[in-house]
Amino acid sequence: MTVQQLIDKQLFHVVNAGDDTDRAVTGVFCCDLLSIAMGKAPADSAWVTVMGNVNTIAVATLADVACVIIAEGAALDEVGRTRAKEQGVTVLSTDEPIFGAALRIHELL
Amino acid sequence: MADAIRLTYEISPDDFTRAGEASSDVKSKLKRLGVPPEAIRKVSIAMYEGEINMVIHADGGRITVEITPEKILMILADKGPGIPDIEQAMQAGWSTAPDEVRSLGFGAGMGLPNMKKYTDEMKIDTVIGVGTTITMVVNI
Repeated sequence: MTVQQLIDKQLFHVVNAGDDTDRAVTGVFCCDLLSIAMGKAPADSAWVTVMGNVNTIAVATLADVACVIIAEGAALDEVGRTRAKEQGVTVLSTDEPIFGAALRIHELL
Repeated sequence: MADAIRLTYEISPDDFTRAGEASSDVKSKLKRLGVPPEAIRKVSIAMYEGEINMVIHADGGRITVEITPEKILMILADKGPGIPDIEQAMQAGWSTAPDEVRSLGFGAGMGLPNMKKYTDEMKIDTVIGVGTTITMVVNI
């Protein structure tokens, strides 16, 4: 499944569509501690977290995840939104809990 | 070395909105140079962890990156407090990050272990009250 196909399922609200929506999503990763996400998030995974600050975008870019899903109704702050646009990172959001959001993606893989 | 590309970044202390900019810049330059994705990922992760450490613990500092066809060398030099016990600092889960930093999602005690895990060579030179210099190499 590509990032665009995940967006098209309309399971999640699109915070920032991102520049590379043709890339494949090959797994799901859940974690809120950025250093753990940095070291463990597989490249090309969909990363589900409640952390919605600018550092989330930095970690997403550098760990090279396919997209970020901000769960539990958490919001990406303004600086984070700007950075996501600049870096072309796909950010989606949902009111669902982390597990539920991750499970939905997993079922689509 | 004729083929070496040298980049230098000044890291501002306590500025979490800019933390990661140097690492992101190196990442995009490595991409443009056609460095293999796995090496780029390793450099990105190791350098970001170091950059964040400089912001959290060390009053900022300077990062120098040298890119050759064989390897990427990163030298992170700060004028921070130094690391009293390197062995302890290298343990996964050990952290001295303050609460406001933890609330941003940092402070898991994975910074130095991640830097070691994602580099081929890593050396820490630290002097209490003077600063710390971390040298890391990722082979291409």
